[in-house]
Amino acid sequence: MSDTTNSGPVLAADGTPLKRSLARALRTQKLRALALVAPLLIFVLITFLAPIADMLFRSVENDIVRKTLPKTVAALSTWDPNSGELPDEAVYAALADDLKVAVAEKDHTKLGSRLNYELTGASSLFRKSGRKVKKWDLETDGPFKEKFIELHEGWGELPIWQTIKIYSPKYTSGYFLNAVDLKKGLDGIESRPENEQIYWLLFKRTMFMSMVITISCIMLGYPVAWILANLPMRTSNLLMILVLLPFWTSLLVRTSAWKVMLQQQGVINDTLVWLGLVGDADRLTMINNQFGTIVAMTHILLPFMILPMYSVMQTIPETYLRAAKSLGATNWTAFWRVYFPQSVPGIGAGSILVFILSIGYYITPEIVGGNTGTFISNRIAFHISSSLNWGLGAALGAILLLVVLLLYWAYDQIVGIDNVKLGG
Amino acid sequence: MAALTPISRTPVSFYIPVVALAGAVAGLLVGTSQGSSFIGVVIGAISMSLIAFGMTHVSSPEKTLRWALLIAFAVAGYLFAKLPGLVIGTAFGWFFGWFTYWLYEGRYRARLAPYLTPNQVLWHFTFRVICGVIFGFLITPILVVLPLSFNAEDFFTFTPEMLRFDPAGYSLKHYRDFLTNEDWQSSLRNSLMIAPMATLLSVSFGTLAAIGLSQQHMPFRRAIMAVLISPMIVPLIISAAGMYFFYSRVGLQGTYFGVVLAHAALGIPFVIITVTATLVGFDNSLVRAAANMGANPVTTFFRVQMPLILPGVISGGLFAFITSFDEVVVVLFVGSAGQKTLPWQMFTGLREQISPTILAVATILVIVSICLLTVVELLRRRSERLRGMSPS
Repeated sequence: MSDTTNSGPVLAADGTPLKRSLARALRTQKLRALALVAPLLIFVLITFLAPIADMLFRSVENDIVRKTLPKTVAALSTWDPNSGELPDEAVYAALADDLKVAVAEKDHTKLGSRLNYELTGASSLFRKSGRKVKKWDLETDGPFKEKFIELHEGWGELPIWQTIKIYSPKYTSGYFLNAVDLKKGLDGIESRPENEQIYWLLFKRTMFMSMVITISCIMLGYPVAWILANLPMRTSNLLMILVLLPFWTSLLVRTSAWKVMLQQQGVINDTLVWLGLVGDADRLTMINNQFGTIVAMTHILLPFMILPMYSVMQTIPETYLRAAKSLGATNWTAFWRVYFPQSVPGIGAGSILVFILSIGYYITPEIVGGNTGTFISNRIAFHISSSLNWGLGAALGAILLLVVLLLYWAYDQIVGIDNVKLGG
Repeated sequence: MAALTPISRTPVSFYIPVVALAGAVAGLLVGTSQGSSFIGVVIGAISMSLIAFGMTHVSSPEKTLRWALLIAFAVAGYLFAKLPGLVIGTAFGWFFGWFTYWLYEGRYRARLAPYLTPNQVLWHFTFRVICGVIFGFLITPILVVLPLSFNAEDFFTFTPEMLRFDPAGYSLKHYRDFLTNEDWQSSLRNSLMIAPMATLLSVSFGTLAAIGLSQQHMPFRRAIMAVLISPMIVPLIISAAGMYFFYSRVGLQGTYFGVVLAHAALGIPFVIITVTATLVGFDNSLVRAAANMGANPVTTFFRVQMPLILPGVISGGLFAFITSFDEVVVVLFVGSAGQKTLPWQMFTGLREQISPTILAVATILVIVSICLLTVVELLRRRSERLRGMSPS
């Protein structure tokens, strides 16, 4: 201001400079806002972020070899796995020592199943050896090299020693390599045998099917969003119920409904047979394959596509289309050059949302997917609850999480987290 | 909407072929189910065009003729295939009566802009039919479940008795099973114990945080928001896996408290989103006015702010409740047999396909979600009305 001619700083009522006083007030406000958010932040940190961090940690953690066989690992440090020779007697003696301790603690079977993920047969090798080693006397029964080889010829071959050596560090990238069908070999990373390559295929299938689901949601959602946005308010509110009801209905209800519809003795097949379009003998197989998963998930995720599209289309004035037509545009040109570009943000928001939700789906593929329609999530669940290879499950999860976070970031850039809306 | 375009009767050369086409489609449906589609098409097309021609050239009023057609079709249907035939016949009779006059009187044109070309009119109605089909796709699976839950047999499909509307084909036995079977009852009890607690936690923490996030001078708002919304975005299987690992480390795995915490975390994004949306319309000068009149922050919160944002809080709470009530992946991993919830029980039932009791439960859940949907919609309207009061 030109009329403030005072030389000193402007003072607040209590005599402190106004600038500082304002800064303090602002700081108090910020602190108060933070204090309101803090409890929830801590809550989410403990109940949600810590578990995720734990999962990431488990995907690289490999303490078991070092913990169960400490002396063997130390003795192996001088052995060159590429030399083509077996380790010397000191290593075998250390192994006998370690195994005796491990058998007492019952840890050797755990180690066996851990190493079995990398080398088939390791599990039984450790189980058998454990039983025998228990009876050995460390002082008198040496030398151990011959005894071990006599016990099981596996100990006289290189692979088991190479595997122990490769997986002796505290952290390993082994699970992640496993998750993309690679493995750690002697000379670095190599690919797994053809018949063990399943994860890359699963990732590709998950991506492909999510893409198909997203595209079908766009195709089905666009006309519906358009008609909802362009009908008179009263009618569109009524029709909106048809979109919101599935959105609010339990996921399991919708999945069971699709099971009822799609199965061989199901409603669709029955109708087709009744109409005579298919013979009773050759009913269509629509469930337990990719088709079933795609149909059911398109139905389940369709509201997530329609709602963002609708909220964008509502803001596009109807008059634009009429203006375009009165200036001589054909129907198609008016739509494609005037309306469609304005509706793209809605398509983008809906697509990313649907894609994110679909690549992580578990329940629906599990029930209607069969063998060919399952996603990577089903494999993660299998590793955590059935095969108990937690590290691999965690690594697969970490890769999936990375993909989702990238998409989440893109969503934030395009739509903004603050603009997420829920059902009308 | 008033009529946009003056309407006039259309020539015979227009409406007869269109009605014949519709008749052909109907004839195709009936014909194929009776064994010969070709004869069905021919009979359908010829009979419908004759009926349409007759109706429009008789001097009786429209209403009488349409009723006559409806009754004729209904009787024909009943004679042909008993009750289902009656229903289908009535539907066809009503449709053709309406369709013939709709075309003949030119009513289809009344609500459209006068300058549309015939092709545009055709596209307009084709588009509506397409949309109708998509709406059908959205709603049919849910509608199919409802009648099937009254099935007297243990099938997942319509029995011939049900299609004949024979009362013997229907029963309440699956509902009885749900109400008496201990597995289902205990899972219902578990769900009802877990969901309210989880809702309470996420609503109380979430509302506070939403108020903080809506302050003008909130630092790192975007980052904090991203963290708080993440439970909704991160795939459930990943959350479930992480929680399984972490909660078993700290001894929460397989406990009631563990499941409640996990569900509360999943419900938080919904509370944050709905409450911050409500707070956008909140006039902050009300808080200052209250403080000015001597109210302390707690009084201000409960007497001024809370009543105004209550609709948002309640609908956020409903979202959180339904999230917990529907959730199955996380509870599968974090819970143990003692925390078996209703969705879990349904999931096991679906995988092993034991009994249609699932459909009875599904019907009950659909009715519950209709109630919730109604409540949320009413709350949203109320919230908009309340916001309309504030001068902003």
